[in-house]
Amino acid sequence: MAESVLTALTERFGDAILETGTYVGDEIAIVAREQLVAVLTFLRDDPDMAFAMLTDLTVVDYLEQTPRFEVVYQLYSLSKKHRVRLKVHVDEAPEQCWVPTATGLWHAANWAEREAWDLYGVRFEGHPDMRRILMYDEFVGHPLRKDYPQNARQPLLRRPDATPTDDQTTRLLEDSHDRRTSG
Amino acid sequence: MVATSHKDATVSGHKDVPGAAPVAHSLADTFEPSGRQAGENRLSPSMEAFAEQARRLPTDEVIINMGPSHPAMHGTVRVVLRIDGETIKDADVQIGYLHRGFEKESENATYNQIFPYVDRLNYVSPMLNNVGYAMAVEKLLGITERIPERAEYIRVIAGELARVCDHLTCIVASLAELGGFTAFFYGIRAREHFWELLEDISGARMTHSYCRIGGVAWDLTEDFIPKCREKITKVRKLIDDTRTLVERNRIFLDRMEGVGTLSGEDAVSYGITGPVLRASGVDYDVRKDKPYSVYDHFDFAIPIADGGDNLARYLVRIEEMEQSMQIIEQAMVQIPPGAVIINDPAIALPAKREVYNSIEGMIAHFKHVMDGLRVPPGEAYSFTEAGNGELGFYIVSDGTGRPFKCRCRPPSFYTTAALRQLIVGANLADVVPIFGGINMIGGECDR
Repeated sequence: MAESVLTALTERFGDAILETGTYVGDEIAIVAREQLVAVLTFLRDDPDMAFAMLTDLTVVDYLEQTPRFEVVYQLYSLSKKHRVRLKVHVDEAPEQCWVPTATGLWHAANWAEREAWDLYGVRFEGHPDMRRILMYDEFVGHPLRKDYPQNARQPLLRRPDATPTDDQTTRLLEDSHDRRTSG
Repeated sequence: MVATSHKDATVSGHKDVPGAAPVAHSLADTFEPSGRQAGENRLSPSMEAFAEQARRLPTDEVIINMGPSHPAMHGTVRVVLRIDGETIKDADVQIGYLHRGFEKESENATYNQIFPYVDRLNYVSPMLNNVGYAMAVEKLLGITERIPERAEYIRVIAGELARVCDHLTCIVASLAELGGFTAFFYGIRAREHFWELLEDISGARMTHSYCRIGGVAWDLTEDFIPKCREKITKVRKLIDDTRTLVERNRIFLDRMEGVGTLSGEDAVSYGITGPVLRASGVDYDVRKDKPYSVYDHFDFAIPIADGGDNLARYLVRIEEMEQSMQIIEQAMVQIPPGAVIINDPAIALPAKREVYNSIEGMIAHFKHVMDGLRVPPGEAYSFTEAGNGELGFYIVSDGTGRPFKCRCRPPSFYTTAALRQLIVGANLADVVPIFGGINMIGGECDR
């Protein structure tokens, strides 16, 4: 059934679908970054696709390969009961290490993208709240990258430039949306 | 001819007279919300002036912290709240206090060494995590069809026992936080019965590490089935007792009904699965949608509630426990005899008898422990229904004995992401039952 998803994607987006394939029963498509949001929107909104749920989002680090990172989206359709896995290749260079955000399509993308940024350092352009989520703010680096040593230790130290009462959360809540609009 | 009784006459008389003085239907009608009796003014003039002054006092919003180690936040999670009086205006949910680097550790462990790590993801129902992880590796190895049937049945029995424990913990911990401490003891006693069974199976009370790739570690004990039947009877009684205690309780209903409402569309968009999704009226359970293991051999139902509130989540969990126990009862009748682990020296550890008595057995054992079993290069996403919803494992293998990447898709993570939406607009005190109802498990959320 899900074969039809891959066929539909190839027919509709042509060159933007770099590769499709099946492995142990999982359907996989590699998508060009430029067309990612268009592909995701199509998969969510098209009545034959109806991928209402972004099940999971993660990153795989293939160190010493180009491109180095692979952002992986697992989608599931509750009504059609099919699944597909989308992948986007991302380069290592800091200015190239980004993908467009999917927060406009699924609520689930918000925290999942924060986690991917936190642990792998892949930026999600347009994300409304790009903060670390599992690690602490003072942490340096991205721990799940393959070149981050497993036994590295980082003591929790306050940033030298932080004032004693500086709390990112307090600032966040103080200028949060409904306070700004209510004046 | 119109021989009505005295009572009837009075009632109809009242109804017929227009403009008759309304009769208070309950005691509540005679009270104002302020606590004063209707028509009565208890405040003296000086107190009235004071009350007027108090009304004109300037008010301001306050930012307060709940957690990370607040007695009502079962996981270590921090919620920073901006409140106006009792109403929550905005919230920031911060997780990560239990982050232990599950994925990083897994990348440096052999496939079988990861079982203890997955135990500690959801430490309330470790058996279900064991099964979920084992199935992911088996999918990658392509041996899903070759798992002995007895092993599958044992996994189902152990997994469903764990599911009941998970739901029980969630429900009675929330009840304790709402003040129903007796219910907590009833529920914990019920959970203890099942933990005893799981201890009989695995040797450990909580972190079992009982599954192996290709089956389970060893067979059930001889007296397991009669003992399990006896325990199920006891647990049913205890669950009934718990329900009798709370379900007609005014405090319980006031704090559960209509609190923390989540619509089905939002729940799907948040990626929420499991009891929380089904309490919002969406019919999705991996055991029915894509039956894995031997779940298609059993007759069971998936409870759905359409309230989307705390009460709906409670009711879904209560019914799921009953369905789980019915699955266990059917499995105990159907379970076939036979091996409990795949007969393949490349995957299963050799029997201890061979290890100690033959050089081949010793070498096989050594290779397994030091190098780990070899998984062909590739990737697989496998998903099962855990206590809180779809538990997925996305494993990428590079052909060595250790996973290149071992990602756990934690159901709690996505549920907790919706917590902000659930509590904004609610009362401060409602954070506790809402948080209890979504059953966030810190170990799984933060990994």
